[in-house]
Amino acid sequence: MSAIRYTKEHEWVKVDGDTATVGISPYAQEQLGDVVFVELPEVGKKVEKGKEMAVVESVKAASEVYAPIGGEVLEVNSALTEAPATVNEDAMGKGWFAKLKLANKAELDGLMDEAAYKAYCDSLH
Amino acid sequence: MEASGSLKRTALYDLHVELGAKMVPFAGYDMPVNYPQGILGEHQHTRAAAGLFDVSHMGQFRITGSNYDAAAAAVERLCPNDFRSLTPGQQRYGFFTNERGGILDDLMVTRDGEVLRMVVNAACKEPDLDHLKANLKDGSKVEALPDFALLAIQGPKAAAVIVRLAPESAKMTFMTGAALKIAGIDCYATRSGYTGEDGFEISVPNARAVEFARRLLAEPEVKPIGLGARDSLRLEAGLCLYGSDITERTTPVEAGLSWAIAERRRKEGGFIGAAVLQKQWADGVAKKRVGILPEGKAPARAHTEIADDSGREIGEVTSGGFGPSLGKPIAMGYVATGRAAVGGTVNLMVRGKALPGRVVKMPFVPHRYHRT
Repeated sequence: MSAIRYTKEHEWVKVDGDTATVGISPYAQEQLGDVVFVELPEVGKKVEKGKEMAVVESVKAASEVYAPIGGEVLEVNSALTEAPATVNEDAMGKGWFAKLKLANKAELDGLMDEAAYKAYCDSLH
Repeated sequence: MEASGSLKRTALYDLHVELGAKMVPFAGYDMPVNYPQGILGEHQHTRAAAGLFDVSHMGQFRITGSNYDAAAAAVERLCPNDFRSLTPGQQRYGFFTNERGGILDDLMVTRDGEVLRMVVNAACKEPDLDHLKANLKDGSKVEALPDFALLAIQGPKAAAVIVRLAPESAKMTFMTGAALKIAGIDCYATRSGYTGEDGFEISVPNARAVEFARRLLAEPEVKPIGLGARDSLRLEAGLCLYGSDITERTTPVEAGLSWAIAERRRKEGGFIGAAVLQKQWADGVAKKRVGILPEGKAPARAHTEIADDSGREIGEVTSGGFGPSLGKPIAMGYVATGRAAVGGTVNLMVRGKALPGRVVKMPFVPHRYHRT
């Protein structure tokens, strides 16, 4: 069991050993609406915490997805290229974006846990 | 979420909220961008059945003169279109032009007996009204109709719904208008719209608008549709969005809207900007509005640079997104005239990458108007 952490920009990160799986939250996918395109980073790319990692597009607009944590891209969910709506259907599961090799575990410290993130989303209404 | 305290509301605001709409600011109004069904579902529902749109934020005007011809002649000084030849009940698309031939707004005119009815864009309705008040000559007068809502019902089953509630509407064809009693409510309806589908735009008093909308939504074919799907539907239909695809800096000739300017007006002129347009018809234009089909899956949004193979800028996307009926991205924009031929290839500069695209004929989805 590993805890999930969230950013204020509505990305999530789940750490397992030194691998971090990242995606966007159910709140984010609901705000975006129907996802029609996802642009994923290249495997091997080093992403920095808080910097653009991917792009997600709904019918209406394009939005940047920021890396919740820094690291090297180990794997991307290329299934999203053919089925971008998976992000809407299962944001926390099959709709993951990328797996990163954690550079600095301490970067997790500033992120929200489930309860804090829920309170944060509630405060946005 | 932005504070929406200063935004205006249409007569249907409470109904939108009750229906679970996501409300967003648009042209000074708090408007539904989508309902719980979502933009994709609403788009597809409109193409398959019938969608109901609140377009009450748009401006509705009545222009009167000593008779219809006098009112139409007064409007023709501000618009290059032929409105004088309209027969009672006939509707025509047009636009206001400025001294440079640029488009101040696009609009719909319907001859309602001796009255000229006009519908203009929400964001332009105040300046349009001022423009008309300042420039209508020979005693013609304009009156805004803020006490009327405007609802559009669009889609292949829209006519079946309206005919069920107002049998006399069956004889109306595309681009005609008539006073109707729909489900017992007095309305003025035109068989027109902004989706490429058959349908009606219906002017109804604010006081009866909620009852009217509920009556239409009670029909099995009808679902509420927000502004999000309205935009994807009109883009697939190749229809211009004012402020994006046509502006004060684009002329009707550049925009490929010369079809809306009759031969008589081209020859006679007598409208603001006539000299510029006449020169463009004689000498050609430097840029043209075209449809573009990106080859990949990435949408090319408005303001995306269009380049040739050597990387030289040849134009700009003015509307772009995902076409739900096609399941792939679509765009329209302006390119240098030499690159505007159908079949030509272009590069769309999306996030620093050159994505290939092809110039195509519009509409992207065939129109299904009820012409006869």
